[in-house]
Amino acid sequence: MDFDFDVIRRSWADVLLTGMTFTIKLTALAMLGGVALGTLLALARLSGFRPLALLAATYVNLIRAVPLVLVIFWFYFLVPYVAAWAIGAQEPVRVGAFWSALITFTLFQAAYYSEIMRGGIQAIPRGQLDAAQALGMRYWQCMGHVVLPQALRNMLPVLLTQTIVLFQDVSLVYVLSVPDFVGAAARVAQRDGRLVEMYSFVAVVYFLMCCALSAVVRRLQRTREASR
Amino acid sequence: MDYNWNWAIFGELSPDGVNTYWQMLLSGLGWTLATSLAGWAMALLLGTLVGVARTLPQRWLRLVAGGYVELFRNVPLLVQMFLWFFVVPELLPRAAGDWLKALPQAPFVTAVVCLGFFTSARVAVQVAAGIDALAGGQAQAALALGLTRGQAYRHVLLPLAVRIVLPPLTSEFLNIIKNSSVALTIGLVELTASARAIQEFSFQVFEAYTAATVLYVLVNLVVTAGMHAVERRLALPGTLGKY
Repeated sequence: MDFDFDVIRRSWADVLLTGMTFTIKLTALAMLGGVALGTLLALARLSGFRPLALLAATYVNLIRAVPLVLVIFWFYFLVPYVAAWAIGAQEPVRVGAFWSALITFTLFQAAYYSEIMRGGIQAIPRGQLDAAQALGMRYWQCMGHVVLPQALRNMLPVLLTQTIVLFQDVSLVYVLSVPDFVGAAARVAQRDGRLVEMYSFVAVVYFLMCCALSAVVRRLQRTREASR
Repeated sequence: MDYNWNWAIFGELSPDGVNTYWQMLLSGLGWTLATSLAGWAMALLLGTLVGVARTLPQRWLRLVAGGYVELFRNVPLLVQMFLWFFVVPELLPRAAGDWLKALPQAPFVTAVVCLGFFTSARVAVQVAAGIDALAGGQAQAALALGLTRGQAYRHVLLPLAVRIVLPPLTSEFLNIIKNSSVALTIGLVELTASARAIQEFSFQVFEAYTAATVLYVLVNLVVTAGMHAVERRLALPGTLGKY
């Protein structure tokens, strides 16, 4: 078997820069959107208005029961229809791979982030809410100024761990032939017939990045425990 | 924007001329279940071994087990799937690699091996956590009774730890069922791939994916109910799990 690791040197700019930029951009935006939407979902699940709580719970449980690949296909076909319906177009709207992927991952991850945030909100002592209300704060003020900042702070390590999962899951946009890190590497691998070299390269890069990220999360957790 | 709903599509014959679309979907479900169950058996066995190794007094064993977990946790499942399918056969001696690639069910075998290793790392973390959660006195008492370390694990520690980690193991089992869909990238026609094929042949996007979603949810419910029954049967008398 002859290996040609030179293919990595020849294509690294395309694969590592363009592909990885896409992956990181998608991860970061989906995390921001997912945490925001997930927090709203968590509040909806904890709301006293039963139909809203039920609706949010159904959404979260449905998304969590289905594989991500299936959800990617769902939204890839659903988003153009919904967009057409929203703007009253006759034909499905062409949304583009990046936006389609971003919407998918935001909506998918929101279900997972919402469960984390729900745990965080439920761990806040009841007295905090009572005190905020006694100060005359309204619901959104209590949540926005007192409960959510604390919940977010307490759940930060878990949210980051989930984001590492998201970072790995973004590789699945491969099924949409999107030029993310894996997609770009696969293109070079197939073009040059260098599957072994390119896929090993992808694995090593992911491994190093995820190890570094988990080390950061672990350190964060340790300093927080020490400061408590 | 109109969409032409047609649920009768599942009764129609698929392009292969033998099976209906409904049968295609069921065959996909069969592959999903077969892959998940075989992978799960492998993950439980390997995961328990590695999990136990993480709790042993030998430092080097703990380090090896820790490295194992890090390795399989820090590479995306899709990339691991590609490594097992495209890279490993090339690294093996030529004859073995050719034999692997020529297997009639190469995607199935690869998916089982890949999911087995991937999930075993997660099982190992749960098992180790379960053993760590036991009061340290359990192990000492077992050793003081004259049990060897192996006997202590087999008769005392593992039976107790398994009961503690059953709930997280249920989630892992549900995860491996969902994760098996990643095997469509190496050509395994499991449930998600079947739904996609139906959509491509018939253009009935929503019916195809709705049917697959319903099947996944049903499998989820069955597994959850089944594991609940197991949990109830295995609950230790005198704990909160048994009343």
